[in-house]
Amino acid sequence: MSTLRRYWFGATVVVALAVTAVFALWLSPPDAQQGDVVRLLYLHVPTIWVAFLGFFVTTLASALWLVPRTRRVEWDLLAGASAEVGVVFTGITLIVGSIWGRPTWGVYWVWDARLTTTAILFFLYLGYLALRRTAATADERGKRCAIAALIAFADVPIVHFSVTWWQTLHQSGTVFNSSLVSGIHGSMAFTLIWSVGAFTVFYVYLVMRRLQLAELEEGLEERELELAIAERQRVEEMVSV
Amino acid sequence: MLGRFPALAGADLEVRAGEIVLLAGANGAGKTTLLRLCAGLLPLRSGYAEVLGVDLAVDRRAMRRSLALVGHETFCYDDLTVHENIRFATRAAGRSTADADVALERLALGRVARVTHGRLSQGQRRRVSLAIALARDPRLLLLDEPHAGLDDQGRSVLDEVVRAAPSEGRTVLLASHELDVARQVATREIRIVAGRVRGVPAGSDGPASRAEVRV
Amino acid sequence: MRFWRDAMLVAGKDLRIERRSRVALAQILPFGGIVVVMFAFALDADRTSLPVAAPGLFWAAVFLAALLAIGRSFAVEEANTARDGLRLSGLDGAAIFIGKAVAIAVELFLLEVVLGAAVIVLYGVTVSGVLVLVCSAVAATIGLAATGTVYGVLATGLRARDTLVPLLVLPAVTPVMLGGSRAFAAALQGSSSDAWPWVQLLVAFSVLSLAAGTMAFGPLLEEA
Repeated sequence: MSTLRRYWFGATVVVALAVTAVFALWLSPPDAQQGDVVRLLYLHVPTIWVAFLGFFVTTLASALWLVPRTRRVEWDLLAGASAEVGVVFTGITLIVGSIWGRPTWGVYWVWDARLTTTAILFFLYLGYLALRRTAATADERGKRCAIAALIAFADVPIVHFSVTWWQTLHQSGTVFNSSLVSGIHGSMAFTLIWSVGAFTVFYVYLVMRRLQLAELEEGLEERELELAIAERQRVEEMVSV
Repeated sequence: MLGRFPALAGADLEVRAGEIVLLAGANGAGKTTLLRLCAGLLPLRSGYAEVLGVDLAVDRRAMRRSLALVGHETFCYDDLTVHENIRFATRAAGRSTADADVALERLALGRVARVTHGRLSQGQRRRVSLAIALARDPRLLLLDEPHAGLDDQGRSVLDEVVRAAPSEGRTVLLASHELDVARQVATREIRIVAGRVRGVPAGSDGPASRAEVRV
Repeated sequence: MRFWRDAMLVAGKDLRIERRSRVALAQILPFGGIVVVMFAFALDADRTSLPVAAPGLFWAAVFLAALLAIGRSFAVEEANTARDGLRLSGLDGAAIFIGKAVAIAVELFLLEVVLGAAVIVLYGVTVSGVLVLVCSAVAATIGLAATGTVYGVLATGLRARDTLVPLLVLPAVTPVMLGGSRAFAAALQGSSSDAWPWVQLLVAFSVLSLAAGTMAFGPLLEEA
């Protein structure tokens, strides 16, 4: 994407987020039961959505990379970029959710299926990012990260299922109702949908910029490689003559 | 590729069955890389490579059972004895323990058979490597500096094995610094300079723009 | 049948190395022991809470010891680049996977027997539902060993491998932690029938991780 279009896109993102803030913090009404605390949801719900979207994209990109026919280095870079954004948003989700939980449920944390699975998801992808950083060269990275991403993705439903089963034994579901709002309508619904849209666009922008950075890094590595080859040949030509 | 440097950037090489080819070149010229490539251990970046009739771009693993690589490392387990190491490698290659015992005797390792690999001397380790290679009965023998650190007994066995190779239907690719010793057994010599193969057979001109290896 | 023979060859090799070097016996087992003791300190050696927490604490100790066992299994392959030797041997990647996973599982199982005895004695646990305990332990151990072997080969050859593998393995095996401790808890409380769904979960996890490893180990080994 050209620089000009990128600036316009970035400006769009800023506007979308600003509109979200205006509606979330001011124009939309407080909830009948939760009061102003419900405004946190306009942040919490989109960040969950973006987190899962990010990891889904990571998994898809990893799968595309693994299949030899569709293998391109861009998929590997996209997987990494999306995972980074996903991890950040998962962290934000957990924190904001915790802040929201305190006035609503009375506690900062509860071990229900959704929260627990999100926490495990957080650690799974932190591990993935650590792997990416440790496997520095593109050779080392490709297959290892792609397989790690697929395993993590396959693991999430298993984790979710086992935690759900675990919590039905405790029957905490009745006390801590995980449903976020009893019923939303009117401008609250609009704000929520708008915020999800705004954050999705934000996600795309972040991944785009991160991908661009990763491609620049790859290009740098290639350039250094070419220089090294040329240098070496020059030296050897001189020596053999 | 070694880190950031391409170790082998242009190789045109064709080796026919029964040849004993000496790869000569300075340290870091790319001899080890070429041997490891032929063993299927390294991925091919560009060009074409065919070993024992197998296209390496398609399958790097199919021909491994028919070849043996003797390199700087022994690929052995320090906690296991010489005998156990040779037996493991032999059975992994699908051959019988009798083959392992024969190779052990041929390399005169009987006396250290029960010694754990970690306690062996350099020369003894080299002989273990060679024993494992022989026990696999390979059609292609890839030897990376096999004389280095090898004691006299080992050298004579190595010589005998290499000389006998053509009559046993084996092909040998030998990388060595000890040119005078190696030249006595080699049927052909190829120089590798800065990752490029020189001294190619008549019919091709100059450094190759793309690597083509046929072994 | 060559597949199973190769797998058992690799498993036998790993177990023979262990028998000779005794690393699991002299280092990993005592490590598990000290972890069990440490938990008692952490819980103030409370006579009421220790037996209740025992199932979870037992598995926590086993998981930590398993991380060491996995690291050891692959450290063995790094010396003398034995890893390349495995690749050159012509052994099928899936067979190597099964072999290494079996060896780790056997070591872990023996470890669990000893640590289990320690937990019974030190935490004052009354044993019941032995069949459930054994079944769930076997299923859990297989899943743990298989997953650990996959991540072990994935990280092999990388720098900072030792700290990376634990971070990769533990989140992935949380279902085993849940399944193992809940099954044990149900068995020890005398309600074994509650445990069988957990055992099913553990078996499913084992099957999936074995399948994943069978497919992924060979390609990952080639990358190392």
